[in-house]
Amino acid sequence: MEAYASLFIQAAFVENLALAFFLGMCTFLAVSKRVETAIGLGLAVIAIQVITVPANYLIYTYLLADGALAWAGLANVDLSFLGLVSYIGVIAALVQILEMTLDRYFPKLYNALGIFLPLITVNCAILGGTLFMVERQYNFTESVVFGVGSGTGWAIALIALAGIREKLKYSDVPDGLQGLGIAFIIVGLMSLSFMGFSGI
Amino acid sequence: MNGARTVLIDPLVDNNPITLQMLGICSALAVTTSLLPALLMCLALTSVAALSGAAISALRHRIPNNIRIIVHMTIIASLVILVDQLLKAYAFETSKQLSVFVGLIITNCIVLGRAEAFAMKNGVVMSFLDGLGNGLGYSVILIAVATLRELFGAGTLLGYPVLELVSNGGWYEANGLMLLPPSAFFIIGLMIWGIRTWRTQQVEKPDYQIHEVHRTEVY
Repeated sequence: MEAYASLFIQAAFVENLALAFFLGMCTFLAVSKRVETAIGLGLAVIAIQVITVPANYLIYTYLLADGALAWAGLANVDLSFLGLVSYIGVIAALVQILEMTLDRYFPKLYNALGIFLPLITVNCAILGGTLFMVERQYNFTESVVFGVGSGTGWAIALIALAGIREKLKYSDVPDGLQGLGIAFIIVGLMSLSFMGFSGI
Repeated sequence: MNGARTVLIDPLVDNNPITLQMLGICSALAVTTSLLPALLMCLALTSVAALSGAAISALRHRIPNNIRIIVHMTIIASLVILVDQLLKAYAFETSKQLSVFVGLIITNCIVLGRAEAFAMKNGVVMSFLDGLGNGLGYSVILIAVATLRELFGAGTLLGYPVLELVSNGGWYEANGLMLLPPSAFFIIGLMIWGIRTWRTQQVEKPDYQIHEVHRTEVY
């Protein structure tokens, strides 16, 4: 149990996908202008991350890895080079399914998320989570915990940045640094403070 | 010929994908702790951007509009797999350092963005040049950041010592922060500041104008 807790902390804070690995930066900077939209997107990312990482784990372990097709009598087949295409396909399909489910059963949430839901497909934090899971050879439970942790970490960073940028609108920033420039400096400072979590 | 030149040169500074269009930052920062992986990453991204531009542009009249994103993704993913396998075959050590970031070229917004915005509307050669130009614009920033970080963080360039470190009897005390993630953010932020001071038309308008009150003004 303790191992899972530390994996969660590790994934959410110390190795925060956005602040330590720079994943999902494009969306991270584009959507962090208002807290409300940031919260919506954060929740959507957590949901997708929790589903896709374990789903891709199953696909990798039972279809793609070296010798994974042994149950079908094809013990010598190694399909791991097909990984990237399959993962992105799974992610696109799951995002689509989630979109339809939300539209049918939770129309309010669906309207709040709007355009951000389909955009999650091209968010590198999602594909990155899957690739890290494969590279670090997590087992099934670990992949669930990693999905929850990394999604939560990304959402926390996004909402925190949105909060700061909302206040920042009223401050006097040098001309050339306005907008994107100052956002980068702030993210750098946030990244420094998140590194303080290492060692927990 | 003038058009081709604009398409190729424009993304380098005036319309740079990273500092102005805010695309493809994701991987740009992670691989820049030293110069060699950054160079390989630039090579990988530029070739994928140019080739996918050409491929998508060649197929543009046959791709049904409502499933175009999936088609783009598949073309890009196949090219990335090709690049990934080549890197594993010929530069195994460095490809280990790049870890997941070669795979993440698939979701790199530069590649998909240019496919969507340019390759769907223009001819094969122009799309190839546009991909090449945007790839080079990305490379310029990446190489600059990687040079700064490796030089000041470890005192070396491409692994060769340039600044003699104190631990080797030299004079330069390595700045460990440069090797950590936050420094990449600071460097890009300052770089944007520099470019926008030089090219002032890129400056963003503030959302709120602060009203300045002079001391002698009567309230």
